[in-house]
This record gives sequence, C-alpha cells and structure tokens, in this order.
Amino acid sequence: MKRTNELIVGLAVMAAIIVFTWGIFAVGENMTPGVTPFSQDVYHLHNVVLGIVTVIGVLVFTAMFTSIVIHRKSKGYQAAKFTHSTKAEIIWTAIPVLILVVMAVPATRVLIDMESTGGAEMNVKVTGYQWLWQYEYIEEGISFFSALDRDSNRARQIGSGIDPRTVENYLLEVDNRLVLPTNTRIRFLLTADDVIHSWWVPALGWKRDAIPGMVNEAWTYIEEEGIYRGQCAELCGADHGFMPIVVEAVSPEAFEAWVAEQRGDLAVNDSEGAEDAVEVVEVADEEQEQVQPLAAAEFAELSQG
Amino acid sequence: MAQGSYFVPATAKWPIVGTVGMFIMMIGAANWVNNGPTGPWFFAAGSAIVILMCFGWFADVIRESQGGLYNSAVDASFRQGMIWFIFSEVMFFAAFFGALFYARVLSVPWLGGAGTGAMTNELLWPGFEAAWPTHGPAELGGAFQTIPGFGLPLLNTMILLTSGITLTLAHWALKRSQRGLLVFWLFATIGLGVVFLFIQGYEYVHAYRDLGLTLGSGIYGSTFFMLTGFHGIHVTLGAIMLLVIAIRCVRGHFTKKNHFGFEACAWYWHFVDVVWLALFIFVYVI
Amino acid sequence: MSHTTTADHDDHHGHHPTGIARWLFSTNHKEIGTLYLVFSLIMFFVGGAMALVIRAELFAPGLQLVNPEFFNQMTTMHALVMIFGAVMPAFVGLANWMVPLMIGAPDMALPRMNNWSFWIMPFAFTLLLATLFMPSGAPASGWTLYPPLSLQGGNSLAFVIFAIHLMGISSIMGAINIIATILNMRAPGMTLLRMPLFVWTWLITAFLLIAVMPVLAGAVTMLLTDRFFGTSFFNAAGGGDPVLYQHIFWFFGHPEVYIMILPAFGIVSEIIPTFSRKRLFGYTSMVYATAAIAFLSFIVWAHHMFTVGMPLGAMLFFMYATMIIAVPTGIKIFNWVATMWRGSMSFETPMLFALGFVVLFTIGGLSGIMLAIVPANFQYHDSYFVVAHFHYVLVTGAIYSIMAAVYYWLPKWTGYMYNEKLGKIHFWWSTVWVNVLFFPQHYLGLAGMPRRIPDYAVQFTEFNMISSVGGFMFGFGQLLFVYIIWQCARGGEKATAQVWEGARGLEWTVPSPAPLHTFDTPPLVDDSVAVHKDSLT
Ligand code: HEA
Ligand code: HEA
Ligand code: CUA
Ligand SMILES: [Cu+2]
Repeated sequence: MKRTNELIVGLAVMAAIIVFTWGIFAVGENMTPGVTPFSQDVYHLHNVVLGIVTVIGVLVFTAMFTSIVIHRKSKGYQAAKFTHSTKAEIIWTAIPVLILVVMAVPATRVLIDMESTGGAEMNVKVTGYQWLWQYEYIEEGISFFSALDRDSNRARQIGSGIDPRTVENYLLEVDNRLVLPTNTRIRFLLTADDVIHSWWVPALGWKRDAIPGMVNEAWTYIEEEGIYRGQCAELCGADHGFMPIVVEAVSPEAFEAWVAEQRGDLAVNDSEGAEDAVEVVEVADEEQEQVQPLAAAEFAELSQG
Repeated sequence: MAQGSYFVPATAKWPIVGTVGMFIMMIGAANWVNNGPTGPWFFAAGSAIVILMCFGWFADVIRESQGGLYNSAVDASFRQGMIWFIFSEVMFFAAFFGALFYARVLSVPWLGGAGTGAMTNELLWPGFEAAWPTHGPAELGGAFQTIPGFGLPLLNTMILLTSGITLTLAHWALKRSQRGLLVFWLFATIGLGVVFLFIQGYEYVHAYRDLGLTLGSGIYGSTFFMLTGFHGIHVTLGAIMLLVIAIRCVRGHFTKKNHFGFEACAWYWHFVDVVWLALFIFVYVI
Repeated sequence: MSHTTTADHDDHHGHHPTGIARWLFSTNHKEIGTLYLVFSLIMFFVGGAMALVIRAELFAPGLQLVNPEFFNQMTTMHALVMIFGAVMPAFVGLANWMVPLMIGAPDMALPRMNNWSFWIMPFAFTLLLATLFMPSGAPASGWTLYPPLSLQGGNSLAFVIFAIHLMGISSIMGAINIIATILNMRAPGMTLLRMPLFVWTWLITAFLLIAVMPVLAGAVTMLLTDRFFGTSFFNAAGGGDPVLYQHIFWFFGHPEVYIMILPAFGIVSEIIPTFSRKRLFGYTSMVYATAAIAFLSFIVWAHHMFTVGMPLGAMLFFMYATMIIAVPTGIKIFNWVATMWRGSMSFETPMLFALGFVVLFTIGGLSGIMLAIVPANFQYHDSYFVVAHFHYVLVTGAIYSIMAAVYYWLPKWTGYMYNEKLGKIHFWWSTVWVNVLFFPQHYLGLAGMPRRIPDYAVQFTEFNMISSVGGFMFGFGQLLFVYIIWQCARGGEKATAQVWEGARGLEWTVPSPAPLHTFDTPPLVDDSVAVHKDSLT
C-alpha cells in the first residue's frame, strides 16, 4: 500500500516535470518577440510578469510542500494551536500589493505608448468579411481582398486525403498578402462587414477587433523586413479558423515599387502620372468596385474547394 | 401546532406542474417567434398550466397559513424571499437601463464622431450627427416622433404615484382592521393601475399608428419599448397580484398583525412605481 | 434569530412517498441535494463527451471527424453544459445537503421552491440539448453568444435563449432559498461569525447569483428581440453597438466565474483544517477576503474585452481593478498554507483533492494575473493561453473542489466509507493527466494558436496531440469516480458520525448516513461545537 502510493507519486511528479521542461526548453515555442518596438515591449513585459508569477508560485508551493513533508501525522507531528497572526496577515497583504505595483508600472507605460495613435504616415483600412479580409491603402488608393490560399483550402476539407504537413504554411498563407513598408508609422483602421473579427499578427504585438459599424484604430512600426503570419482571432462563424493574415514587410523603396505596380495593374484606365490626390481617391473607389466582385467570385470558388 | 416550529411540507406537487407548464410555454414561445403555427397554442397551454399551478400553489399556502402552520420564522423566510426576488427584478431592469445609458452616453456619440469615434463617423457614417432621440445613422424604421414627456406620461406618473399612496392608505386601514376602507383603497389602487395600463396601451397605438415610433426605430425605439414594455408587464402582474389580495381581503384572510401576502404585493407595487419614476426621467424627460 | 423546530404535521416521517414520486415531489433538502448532484454528474459527462469531440478533432491538423460548424457547436455546448449544467448545480446540490446541516436548520427556508428550482434544470437542459437535433443546429457562436454572429444562428437560437431564461430562473430561486436559509434558519448560538466558511462563501455567492443572473437574462432577451423583433441594441446602423452586448454579458460573466469559485474556496476551507487537525487560520480575514472578491468582481468585467477598442482610461481602470483581486485571493491561499503549517496532516482523498486545488488553482490564478496586463493581453487574448487559464481555475479549481467535497461528505451521505485506495488512484490519475491536458495549452497560446478553431497550422501539432491524449486519459479516469460513488452508495465499511478524526462542526454530530430529518429541534451552538470561534482568540 505504502509502496504503491510512493510509486504513483513519483511517476506523477516525473511526468509533470517532463512535460513542463520539455515544453519550455526543447521546443521553445514561447511568445514571439516580434518585429516592432511595441511587440518587443510586450515581449519583455510578458517575460517580466511570467518571471514574477513563477517566483510567487515557487515560493508558495515550497512553503506548502515543506509543511506537507514535515507536519505529517504519520510522522507523529502534533498540531499547533495558533489560529491567526495579525502580523503575518498584514505582511501577506502588503507584499502582493507591492508586487502588483511593480507589474502595473511598466504595463501602464507600454499601454500609454501603444495608445498614442497620432503621427501616422500611412493608413490602411482593414475590413473583415466571412471569411476573408479586405485591405484598402487609403493614400495609395489600392484595395484588394485576401483569402485563404488554394492549397491550404484544398487540404483542409474533410476527407481531402492531403496531409496538411505537406502543404507549405498550411492555413497560414493567403492569395494576396498585405504588403507594408518597414520603418513607417502605419495606422490601421479596422472594421467589419458582417460579424466581429479580430486582426492578429503576433509579430506585430497586438490584436484588435474588427467590429461591424464601428472603426477601431491601431498602429504599427515594423523594423524588420519579412513575412509575418497571423489569424483571425474572434469567432466569426464556420470558417473562423480559415481566414489567415499574411503581412509582407518590405523596404520603403520596394513598397513604392509595389504600389506603382499595383496601380498599373489595377487601374487600367488611369492616365499616367495622375498625381492629383483627389483623382487617386476616385480611382480607388472605382477599383474597389472592380475588385470586389472579382474577389468575391474567386472566394466562392475557393470555399467550394 | 406548537408555536416556534418550522413548517416543512412533506411533499409538493405544484412545482413540477409549474415546471412542465413553463417548459411547454418556452417551447411555444420559441416556435412562435420562428413563426411556427403551433407556437401560440403551446404557449397558451403552457401559460394555462402555469396559472393553474399558481392557483394551486397559493391555495395550499393560504390554507396552511389559515391553518396556523406558519410561525414567525416561516414568515421571515417569505419576507427574505420576496426582498431578494425584487432585488433580482431590479437587476433585470438595470440591464436595460444600462443599454439606454450606454447608447446615449457612448455609442451614439461615437457614431457621431465624438472621442474614439472620429474615424467611425468619417469612414462609415459620414454626415451622421449624434443626437437623442435617434434611430441611428442608417435611420432604421424611417422617420418617427417621440411622445412628449409632459403630456400623458406625466399624467401616468401622477397616476402611479397616487396608486402608491392609495396602497399605503389600504395598508393603514388593514393595520387598523378597517376592512371596508381596506378593500376600497385596494380597488382604487387596482383601478389606477388599470387606467395606467390603458393609457400606456393608447400611447403604444398612437406611437405605432401616428408617430412612426416602433420597436424597429433604431436604438430609441428599442430602448423605449423594451423599458416601457417590461414595465407594463410588471404593472399587469402587480395588478393581478393586488386583485388576488383584494379578494383575500374581502374574505378576511388577513389580520392586522399577520398579512405578509398583502405586504409582499405592496412591496412589488412600490418597486414597479420606482422603476416608472426612473423611466419617466430617463426615457421621457431627459 | 429564530428558534426552529419542525412541525409534526400529518404525514411526517413514516409516510414518506417512495418510487418516482419521492423524487418528483420531494421537499427534503437532502433528497433535492442528491438530485442536484446526480444531475450535475450526468451533465459533467455530457459536457465532457463534447470536450472529447473537440480534443479528438484537434488531435491532428486537418479536419478529420467533424465539420467546422459542428465543431463550433461542440465548443459552445461544452461550455454551456459544463458551467450551467455541471458546476453550478453541483454547488447548489452541496449547499442543499450541507448548509442546513452546518447551521443546524431543519431544512431549507423555502422547501417547495427548492423542489421547483431543481426540476427546472432538467427541463432547461432538455431544451438546450434538443437544439443539437434541430435542422439549424445548436448555437455555434461560443458560450458568450456574441452578436452579430449569434444572431446568424437559425431557429434554434430562440430555444437556447429560453433555456437560458429557465436556468436563470432556477439559479435565482436556488440562491434566494440559500440566502433565506442562512440568514433565517441558523440554530441558536450560530452567529454569523461562527458559521463554517462553506456557508459564508455560499451566502456571498448567492448574492452574486441574484445580482447577475437577471442581467444575463436581460442580455439574451435583447438578443432575442434583435433577432426576432427588429430592435437594434447591438446594431450600429440603428445607433446601438455590438460591444454593448459584451459589456452586459461580462457584467454577468465575470461575477459568474467567481460564482464558480467562491463555494470552492469554502469547501477547501472546510477540508484543509480537518485533515491538518488544526483550526482554520485567519477565519475572519477569510470572510472579508471573500466579500472583497465579490465586490471587486463587479468592477472588472471589461478585462474580457481589452481588444474591442476601449478608451485608454477605461483599460487602465479595468487592468488595475483586476490585478487587485490577487490580494484577497492571495490572502486565502496564504491562510490555507498557514493552516497546514505545523498541523498534523494526513492525506485522505478529500485532502489530496484540496491540496491539488490549492496548487493548480494558484497556477490558474497566476495566469489570470498575466492576462490582466493589458498590453500582454493584446497577445494572449482569444488564444489557447486563455483556454489554459480558465481550465486551470475551472477544472482543477471548481471541479476539483467538487470532487474533494464529494469524497469528504460521501460517508455522511451514504453511511459508508468509500474505497480509499481507489480514491487515491482517482486523484493521482486525474492530476497527472489534467496537467498533460491543459499545461501545453499555455504554450500553444503563446505560440499563437487562436481558440475556437477546428483546425490549426502544423507547428501546433505536437502540443495538441499531447493535450488530446491528456484529455482522453483524464476523461476516462472519471469513470472511476462514478464507480467509487456507486460502490460507496451500495455498502462498505460503516462510517462513524464524525467520519474524520479532525472534523469539526454540526454536520459531524448527526449520525452517518444523516437521517432524512435532522435538527427538528435546533441544537445549541457554542464554541465547543462551532467550527470557528467568533472571538479573535
Ligand atoms: C473559476 C473561474 C475563474 C477564476 C477564479 C478566474 C480568476 C481570474 N481571472 Fe479568469 N477567466 C475565467 C474563469 C476564471 N478566472 C474564464 C472562464 C475566462 C474566459 C471566458 C471566455 O472568454 O470564454 C477567463 C478569462 C480571463 C481574462 C480574459 C482573458 C481574455 O479573454 O483576454 C482575464 C483577464 O484579465 C482573467 C483574469 C483573471 C484574474 C486576474 C483572476 C484572479 O481572480 C486570480 C487571482 C488568483 C491569484 C493571483 C493566485 C493566488 C494569489 C497569490 C498566490 C497571491 C500573490 C499573487 C500576486 C501578487 C500576483 N480571466
Ligand atoms: C466548468 C467548466 C469546464 C470544464 C469542467 C471543462 C472541461 C474540459 N474542457 Fe472545456 N471549456 C469551458 C469550460 C469547461 N471545460 C469553457 C467555458 C470553454 C470556452 C468555450 C467557448 O470558447 O465558448 C471551454 C472550451 C474548451 C476547449 C477549447 C475549445 C475551442 O476553443 O474551440 C477545449 C479544448 O481542448 C476544452 C477541453 C476540455 C476538456 C478536455 C475538459 C475535460 O476536463 C473534460 C473531462 C472529460 C470528461 C469528464 C469526459 C468523460 C466522458 C467519457 C469517459 C466518455 C464516456 C461518455 C459518455 C458516458 C457519454 N474546453
Ligand atoms: Cu474572422 Cu474569426
Ligand atoms: Cu473575468
């Protein structure tokens, strides 16, 4: 009886330790530091807070297990009689308050930083649909839809017979990526057409809800070129799991080139060198009408697989 | 029965009857809102069972009460029960008042471009200006007019406040064992309640027919009809409760010391009164 | 305080109805308590079966078993069944059984209504579960039922809403009954500050229930009218706002999560002193801490909505308010540790579950604090990190406390000792696998896996597989729990009145099994029988 108990306990503790350490070290899939100043702030904040709560946990559990090991009836330990200690209670009220303050100060600082949305150099309007995204570059007058990539879509059907592991970036690839310049202060204007969605790219450090009838603001400043992937993060119906986001961050020069290419491609009727902003916006409106049914048809086709 | 013993009935068959009634009622209601043809019938049948349950249950309680089975502790339990029930009703109304305040203080101004709503207004609802009353930027439900507070609603306020007074007069009469006066003031209260409901009904008809104000009139119509509607349902319930009490008074069920049934209904009525006052101020006046 | 004895009316004791009528018409707190507990156990398996569907689909990337729509229905129903069908009725059942025994009352204050609150539940769940078989399917918008998504649901939405109304009515009546019982039916000498903590926590929980269940009813009623009657509470085009729903829902929802943990705190505060053979440390501060948590629970709701785009000031307020909850909760944890400190501990199954609770709930609470840090929440929100957080507080919190309570009081209910060896195996089996089940979900969330998705990118495969294995092992382990209860109800070693060496309190002064009617004549309570002394010495 005694022996079996100890065996079970030993196995349990071992299993727990294996899972925890393997999780933390071997695979190392912790939070991403991301590629913006804000995402790095968040990452550090996360590490600080995680560190603090881990220490709290270790201290509390150590006290508890010390007691469990020593103060046992089976060891003949006699119970003490005390029932309270005002001093102890004041201490363990005050210390947590201090710890909380230590966490709240950096949290407040980072949050205030994050929420100052002024000074945007470009604006991107993001609209969520069931189940794809629309991106409109307000100044550049570019607009397009971005839906789950064909390969992923084919593989994700029940009984498709395709092993997702053979699909590159399974569920995290789109047909049209959101191309953004690095080192530019970009403001996002998020809204939705039908139900609430949420735009989340972990490398940018935040997610924000896209709410029908309302516009939410958020901003980013990407410091490194690269491809950053994310997903819709608010349950939005059957295909909520299948509306990924892909951001392609390129140098400002490459971005300019991309913009020019897009305009050339899309605004076929546009006279060359139309610098007039008003005209650009008009063109943008036109494009929107052109692009929308096109992408919608494509999407319909896609979702039939 | 010995004084100081707590009454615990051996069995209770009415609760399960009531449950079945509610179940049928809910199935009916759910079918009804989905335009199922049987919905109203199920709803009616369920309601009938629930009403039957109420009569049966209260008859048992009245019989036990008359039989002297209840001591002061049972009485105190009933009081606790009623107080907390009314508190739960307050919280139910709080949800709707919360919606009203949120719309007026936050969502409508945001849609009009205030505070964090600047881009909402500019991109989605250009030209919409925040104002109250409103049916929203999409002008849902078409043009409408509101019911001015200082007309019939003010009269209704007076009526309900008066009914609160007449009910108190009835209570005093009860405490002085003046049964005639008691019954008189009770019926006066019920009468005022009925007049209130009548005026409210008239107003609804007027709103729908002449003012274009409906449940579909955006957030104003939604909050207006939900708040006044649920209030109206509560007045109706309160009036029915008072009617039952009045009948019991006629039959002489209450003594000047022992009349919890009366008091419970009176509390309920006062609660409905207070809700109306809040309604009058926040829905009609401000 | 009232002096209470039961009226010796006509068909007392002797002629108790038998068969089905006994259960249908019962007004007895013990029988109704049993009904609640059995119902809750069934619902735990129903909700657990749904969880296993979720875990099976998530075992590997790609869709294998169910289509996404049905997956969402499973997620939604799993949560609704577990919360409203398993955890809440279990606590009400425990309150029914134990509160009158603990305060020396002959029964609940309103016995007939007690019967009513119970019997509404099976009917409400019939209505809810029936939607699974309707053409438009069960609700699939998550247990939070956010509009506009929930309004896209078909005809079944109305059934769901009315089912929630029924559950609300049941909970409110149950809570009113418990409050009235506690305030009104205590035996002479049972002052408020002599009440066992389980009674205290339930008093406060009942208050929370009465305050927030009607708010939920209001919220879903607005859903109903938006869907079927053309109102625009949650429609910006009409001047409303989808986010309004979230505010109302979480004004209910946050206190709701404390409704599911305060009674757990009470249970653990009973069990740890018993098996430490030492009085509870800091009784009074435990009471105040409970009240403080309940108060704070009303002003933190928007921590579930940091990503909806609230003004900065609001976010700061809700962050600070949320963080402060760590203080009273910490007081509880520290008081439990101090109770064990220099006690004379033994480790029977109830104690094991209580200790498991303290450790694992703390882990869940600490991840809660992380979630409250707004900038970091922008990353955590709606990811599996949140799923890990709330399963630690719910499964290894609420459910563990319920299991501890069942083992603790089972001998009192049945008159027999359960099989201690099997109980210990149940504990260790559950504790190993529940961590295998939920701990990896932290990593998944941090690595970027959103919640409520039926399929995932391949880099999340390993942890999902581990989690699924843990889920099935944990789930099937619960069959052992049922077997132990069943065995104990059938017979075994006779239980004494006191059952546990260190147990104090009125419930241990009546024989085991507790006779149908107890405390017909109220006991006199003084410091010698009381669990806690009201003086500070
Ligand atoms: C029993 C249920 C329960 C309990 C008790 C809690 C407790 C807490 N919860 Fe949790 N929570 C849920 C159930 C619960 N939660 C559920 C179901 C959801 C998801 C709902 C959904 O979206 O579907 C959720 C989601 C949730 C969120 C939103 C996440 C998101 O969606 O973005 C947040 C954010 O702040 C949060 C915070 C907290 C905090 C701070 C506590 C605190 O009460 C914890 C306090 C405890 C401790 C801190 C540990 C012990 C203390 C010490 C040892 C003292 C020293 C400690 C310090 C100084 C830090 N919870
Ligand atoms: C008290 C509440 C509670 C409890 C106890 C549980 C218990 C469990 N939960 Fe969950 N869960 C929630 C509350 C709870 N949960 C909530 C609120 C959500 C959020 C929903 C939302 O997003 O809207 C959620 C969501 C949720 C998810 C995320 C789904 C998603 O985002 O898509 C997952 C995934 O792993 C999960 C898993 C589990 C598992 C494996 C268990 C296990 O502990 C279950 C243990 C299993 C059993 C007890 C099964 C026993 C069955 C058998 C042995 C088979 C025999 C069968 C029969 C006899 C019929 N739960
Ligand atoms: Cu879009 Cu989820
Ligand atoms: Cu919360």
